[in-house]
Amino acid sequence: MNTQKTIVTIGAGIAGIESSVALSKLGYRVILVEKDKTIGGKINNYYHLFPNNRPAVDIKNYMDEQCRIHDLTIYKNTEINKVQKKGERFSVTTSNDDILKADALLVATGFEYFNGMQKEEYGYKIYDNVITSIDLEEKLRSGKQITTAQGKEPKRIAFVHCVGSRDEKSGNHYCSRLCCITGVKQAMELNSRFPNSLVYCFYIDLRMYSMEYESLYRSAQEKFGIQFIRGKVSEVSENKEGTLQIKAEDTLSGRPLRMEMDLVVLLVGMVPGQGTEKMKSVAALESNSHGFLESNDWQLHKNSSSQPGIFLTGACNGPMSIDETMEHARSAAFEVHTYLQNHSKHE
Amino acid sequence: MPNNLFIYPFLLGILIMLVIIAKRFSKWFIGLSKIDKIRVWKKLRTKNTIYSIREALLEGLLHHKIFKKNPVLGYMHMSLAFGWFLLIVVGHIETIYYYGSISFPFYMPVFFRYFVTGHEFYLSRFFAIIMDFLLLMVLSGVTLAYLKRFLKQPFGMKKTTRLKPGDKIALTSLWCIFPLRFMAESVSAGIHHNGSFLTQTSGNLIEHILPLNAIHTPIWFAYSTALGFFFVALPFSRYMHIPTEIFFIFLKNSGIKLKKHVNTYSQVQVFSCSRCGICLDSCQLNDAGIRNTQSVYVLKKIRDKKLTDEELFNCLLCGKCQHDCPVDIELNNLRITQRIESTLQYNSSYDYLKETKAEKADIVYFAGCMTHLTPAIKKSMVQIFDHAKLNYWFMDEDKAPCCGRPLMQAGQYDAAEKLILNNQKKILDSEAKTLVVSCPICYKVFNEDYSLPGIEVKHHSEYLLELINASKIEVSPLQQTVIYHDPCELGRGSGIYEQPRELLQHTNTLIKIKNEKEKSYCCGGSLANIKIQMDERYKIKDKAVENYRSYNPDILATSCPLCKKTFARDGKLAVHDISELIWMAIEKNEMEKLELNEQLAKVTNPEQFWELEEVPIQD
Amino acid sequence: MNKFGFTTQESRAIDYGQFDDRLLSYVQHHEPTFLICMSCGACTATCSAGNLIDFNIRRLSLLIRRGEILQLSNEIDKCMLCGKCTLVCPRGINTRNVIMLIKKGISQIKQSENQN
Repeated sequence: MNTQKTIVTIGAGIAGIESSVALSKLGYRVILVEKDKTIGGKINNYYHLFPNNRPAVDIKNYMDEQCRIHDLTIYKNTEINKVQKKGERFSVTTSNDDILKADALLVATGFEYFNGMQKEEYGYKIYDNVITSIDLEEKLRSGKQITTAQGKEPKRIAFVHCVGSRDEKSGNHYCSRLCCITGVKQAMELNSRFPNSLVYCFYIDLRMYSMEYESLYRSAQEKFGIQFIRGKVSEVSENKEGTLQIKAEDTLSGRPLRMEMDLVVLLVGMVPGQGTEKMKSVAALESNSHGFLESNDWQLHKNSSSQPGIFLTGACNGPMSIDETMEHARSAAFEVHTYLQNHSKHE
Repeated sequence: MPNNLFIYPFLLGILIMLVIIAKRFSKWFIGLSKIDKIRVWKKLRTKNTIYSIREALLEGLLHHKIFKKNPVLGYMHMSLAFGWFLLIVVGHIETIYYYGSISFPFYMPVFFRYFVTGHEFYLSRFFAIIMDFLLLMVLSGVTLAYLKRFLKQPFGMKKTTRLKPGDKIALTSLWCIFPLRFMAESVSAGIHHNGSFLTQTSGNLIEHILPLNAIHTPIWFAYSTALGFFFVALPFSRYMHIPTEIFFIFLKNSGIKLKKHVNTYSQVQVFSCSRCGICLDSCQLNDAGIRNTQSVYVLKKIRDKKLTDEELFNCLLCGKCQHDCPVDIELNNLRITQRIESTLQYNSSYDYLKETKAEKADIVYFAGCMTHLTPAIKKSMVQIFDHAKLNYWFMDEDKAPCCGRPLMQAGQYDAAEKLILNNQKKILDSEAKTLVVSCPICYKVFNEDYSLPGIEVKHHSEYLLELINASKIEVSPLQQTVIYHDPCELGRGSGIYEQPRELLQHTNTLIKIKNEKEKSYCCGGSLANIKIQMDERYKIKDKAVENYRSYNPDILATSCPLCKKTFARDGKLAVHDISELIWMAIEKNEMEKLELNEQLAKVTNPEQFWELEEVPIQD
Repeated sequence: MNKFGFTTQESRAIDYGQFDDRLLSYVQHHEPTFLICMSCGACTATCSAGNLIDFNIRRLSLLIRRGEILQLSNEIDKCMLCGKCTLVCPRGINTRNVIMLIKKGISQIKQSENQN
């Protein structure tokens, strides 16, 4: 009975794949549309995952395998240009001018990293030794040697929390939730590579959302000697030798603080992805005041969008971690299933 | 009613008015500083007086600046003021002709048609035509004024200003004066046949409807009464701006400037405001929904002594209204003097400032507080200085007091002076010849309020242009289209419009836009506005960005760290400071030179040089 | 020093039961944004005056809330109004207005106390 029903999933990141796989298991036909040439989305950028230091490639391999096992139809290098609802069915026009018919749509367009250049005072792309957490993750993943721009081993490293999050000046009032733990994870990784280095984290509030995150924070203090300083970095400047000077207030002692650093890592936040932005106009989806796609019912139907028959999965709905995304993806599949079941009853 | 009793309302009115105005003018004049008084006396005996009379005529009567801005509104003001003025002048000439001498009662020209019956003197018909024509002109102005009250659209004004009782009396009587004069002259023409195409025609018409002789004197009495009311109300109404403006023009042309405190000259300016409302139109606070702090309202509140800090400090001091003001009131400085007055009680002493050592150099570079939050500007400038091998001292690289301009904008003049003295000494101690500044806010105060003899103050956009012209740096074109955004303090504030554009033309293709130079937007980030909220600032910015984006430029270029920071928040438009673009162009030039050298090095056979020409080389 | 009717207390404990809310209500009325401070300290870090002397602009909003008018009146004159704090504030607090209001509020309080 279910085989004739088709679902188009927009975005083949981990949220899109996992929910598509689940729907496929339930017997639906699923078409995955991905704008990039590869699937997996942001998981491809990561090295080790918190809180258990598992290689991100594990997740990537799992996703590839699932796609293969369930023989999912995937259109790569394809975007959605138009969504029309005809009766109860959707007609989706792709950038290749294909028209896909679907009984339900699943939006899995994800997030983008906050552009560090927008906080000019931190000197990203101005000073060579200022990098973002994404740049650092890529360096860790590629296995290349990590040095300062001058080719030296970094002795003093600063992590700047809340870059583009909780910041009215960036236009983002919300907390991206995962930068704090990312900072802790990366601080520990850098410290284990450079045991003689001093690593500082400059934070406003440390937000460790899970039990394991808190443990990680504790071991960062205990085993790695990471220094946590409560104060938002206001600006970074460059010394003649290419080292950096950062300014913050040590709010706990109530005094302004200046420090010389070899490397500054900006923990960039999460903002709605380009695809998410596009879905707002293409499918007339409502967004919340932060720009992420709005759930129809915050408590009971988190996966339902403002349009009947269109469902949300993953970080297009708001910042979330990988484990949260997996739960969200499976619940989305069930939500779609329930919708299609009710729908066929009415027929 | 005896024949000439009806002139008394007019006589009394004009007498009261003259006494009040004379009292006010003398009070204002006495309140000027001694130097300013001498200035006025000295200038009064020079050609300057002729200029002032000319300006008073052009502005007070022809309103040529309002004309430029809005022809319909300009015509309304002109037909009323200039028409009336000509009526008086021609009326006098006519009376002189009639009497054959200049000795006649001074009210005679006003009521000429009542007393002189018939066309019995030389050129009388000619004068009648002219007078009718002028009356028609004034009446057309009055009609427009009626319409303006009811329909605001054709006048391009978003809104007109509100009225108080003195204004209402003056306005009502002004509206009555000319229709009544028209009626009175028509009735006289009906009886004496001394009118022309306008009054005679209507006089002949009225003759059939009304008993002319019975209403003759009463209607002239009504006219005289309207005049009387108008004159008495004038000093207590907005029309006080007419005599005040003339007084103001004389003072202004004597070279008097606003002082740093409220004095009678600032009062003269406050009363010179005609409340035309032109300042409302260009004010960008409208975009943020702020509609009660514009210059015309603030001046009114100052006159009424009802100004609050909320209104006084809610202004970007962008200077757009000052540029548009047809009366040339120094609106920015006027507001600053009010702010000085309002914050006089709590100026800081900055006793903690210490004298720190200056470095000796040819050039002092002062980046400015804001520039430390836009390091791309700071780094570009340092790289350019180093590249050009200049001997410079980066004065505020680590720490330095603020330049003092933000304090001045907030009215804290005495406090600002303390910072100025500290910085000034250091700059002088450096024995530099040039002070290069990256922030227009600093630039203005260094230029105007610092005493730096022998030191040229230059904004980096001027300075970089000089470096290019002196071949100290070489640039290659970057091939992007740019819009140049004039920062308020550099453009309208300091008159630097051309140098940044000339500089940009060395590297980029400049797009000409409608709202540039004097008409340029404020980014909304201005430090001068202390009351505005962030979301209101963003509304102002959004509107400007929207306009810039409609021209589809690759880059929005500016030369102010604050403008850059404000615009960059948007993320929809690439924003760069002029210094960054110049550094990119220098780097490109270096790369090209390097490539050329490499190619030259590869060439071993001299004949191959010819082939090299095919390689596109930009210069 | 004791012009404002304060006496030095032996105990360091603050009695919030009876604090001086004159300045708090004045500033709050005219610039409520100062209440949304999350004490990140970016303003103090970037402060031009704080570069030259011991001055903590972040603590001012705390002092207003605690009614520490005497401390405030010693601190407030250090600010140069340069505006950097407004530019870095992640909560969009109109810091310069807060400063101007504190200055004015204190001068008014001083005036009224001198009259009494």
